[in-house]
Amino acid sequence: MRKYFGRKLFTYTLTFFIAATIDWLIPRFMPGDPVAGLMARQGALSPEGAAALSKYYNELFGLNRPLWEQFFGFWTALIQGDLGRSVFGHGRPVAETIMSALPYTLALLIPAILLSWWAGNTFGAMAARRKWLDSAVLPVGYILTATPYMWLGLVLAFVLAFLLRIFPLSGGYGFNLEPSLTWAFFVDLVAHWILPFLSLFLVGFGGWAIGMRNMIIYELESDYSRYLEALGAPQSLVRKYAFRNAMLPQVTGLALQLGVIVAGSLVTEIVFSYPGIGLLLFNAIKSEDYFLLQGIFIFVIAGVLIANFLVDIAYVIVDPRTRVGMRGGTA
Amino acid sequence: MTGLANTEPKLESPVGAPAAVATVAASRKGRGEFLYFALRSKKFLFAMGILLVLIAIAVLGPMIDGTDPVATDLLPMQPPSTDPGYWLGTTSFGEDVFAQFANGLRATFFVGLLGGGLAALIGMAVGFTAGYRGGWTDEILNMLTNVVLVIPSLAVLIVISSYLKARGVLFEAVFIGATSWPWAARAIRAQTFSLRSRDFIDLAKLSGRKGWRIIVEEIAPNMSSYLFMTFILLFGGAILIAASLDFIGLGPTGGMSLGLMMFNAVTYGAALLLGYWWWFIPPGLGIMATVGALYVMNVGLDEIFNPKLRDI
Repeated sequence: MRKYFGRKLFTYTLTFFIAATIDWLIPRFMPGDPVAGLMARQGALSPEGAAALSKYYNELFGLNRPLWEQFFGFWTALIQGDLGRSVFGHGRPVAETIMSALPYTLALLIPAILLSWWAGNTFGAMAARRKWLDSAVLPVGYILTATPYMWLGLVLAFVLAFLLRIFPLSGGYGFNLEPSLTWAFFVDLVAHWILPFLSLFLVGFGGWAIGMRNMIIYELESDYSRYLEALGAPQSLVRKYAFRNAMLPQVTGLALQLGVIVAGSLVTEIVFSYPGIGLLLFNAIKSEDYFLLQGIFIFVIAGVLIANFLVDIAYVIVDPRTRVGMRGGTA
Repeated sequence: MTGLANTEPKLESPVGAPAAVATVAASRKGRGEFLYFALRSKKFLFAMGILLVLIAIAVLGPMIDGTDPVATDLLPMQPPSTDPGYWLGTTSFGEDVFAQFANGLRATFFVGLLGGGLAALIGMAVGFTAGYRGGWTDEILNMLTNVVLVIPSLAVLIVISSYLKARGVLFEAVFIGATSWPWAARAIRAQTFSLRSRDFIDLAKLSGRKGWRIIVEEIAPNMSSYLFMTFILLFGGAILIAASLDFIGLGPTGGMSLGLMMFNAVTYGAALLLGYWWWFIPPGLGIMATVGALYVMNVGLDEIFNPKLRDI
């Protein structure tokens, strides 16, 4: 087990190092000069003014120092939690700007991931090899999982918010309210949360239901299931064993899908102008706020890595082989 | 998006060697058999039908309609009607939504084919090498796969794209292909691993053939159905990633795509606030139909290739 976690932690540390290095490399080695881009926004300048400003920017970002020194400085700042300042956030530190948006994204993501996984697996397992239920779950599942997140969001917003006016169309809470610890604000918060949550939940649900259905069918075809059946075991017992075995790839699948779900929440937030990381990212791109953009990248990577590690812990709990040191959950 | 990695097809584990030894003979007979079952698989035919209709729109649409998708010379804000040029209505700027849809569908298929194809190639190269060689090569490639696997590809694409002022569809497809291969590599590695120790591979080794020839001539043909299905899932996945990237506003500049249509509708047209459903419903529906048909085709193929799953 120690080996299992050691391996995982090593991979994640390496991944974070590589991802952060990419984050550092991109602005320095992409075609085009970021300083020139910043200067272009200042409008007309005299030649001396331009030279002075260019020097100022180069010194500000440390671009005139040797590369290894820049790289070292980047890591020192990163470890201290300093991600620079946000242009979009009027000079607020990037880390602070992201932290204020983080609760909204987590409030969407965590329930959406857990509930869609649970509901999808339950429904998928029920549907497998049961004619009428299967013929309903299968097409619905495929339609949902093939739906782009933002489009499902758009359709839900159009039908439930624009046409039927049941839910608010956009924002994290009403424009007439101030964030406070009152009942009215909480109700409003939930009303704004439901549609973006539903978009994420439904797409995920489709994928898990189909995955589980297919896994169960494979398990029911396997030798141990046939043996149990031949012994005259009740169908419910065979299914119970099939479900337990089918569970393992679904846990691994959860880790694989994390990046996709996070990406889904980014675009869903844009549809609903929901004030989380996704909307922040959208604004960072629009206002060419590169510090903010790169800070969000670091946050997203770190978040996905932490979530992956949590899934690994869950895997140890459901797969006993990893605990006794056999090759169960390597990969 | 990363292609339903958990629903990925399982290679039917053949019982012992006889199945493998008979491969050459079976593959000739098998082709006819697959066609026989393909033409009787409702899922496969249904998916194929949808894909053919969509391909027809993508190929013929721009020829029949002929309108420039970004020309603004039509009456703005028109809902769909039977008038020529207004089949799917117009945008707030007087652009033809049908022309945008047909051209966008082209870009979608292009990104899917190229991005998915590239991802399949990289996945195969890494998966075969790691699975066949084993040892240190496997350790290193496996580590690389795991690293790329956990980094969300969309996040990397966003950071790279935001620094590029001019972006093409080709660039988009290549970058999607370069980041979305890991789960395929992992799956192919596992399959190669299980084939590697079979007798017929040992026999091929004894005959003195080079490693890559054994991979191409012996291992790959034995899992060709699996490889094809992996490509289909990567195809669908690439389309969904491209749609997200376009929707964030980092899609191809100076072109048309289905994701870009939704981006324009929401960001510049306020289509949601004004209720111009014909502007944002068709592009998403097009993506959903394409990707959904690919996934259903995948299940259909699974049933065709794997006798255990056939209920025909």
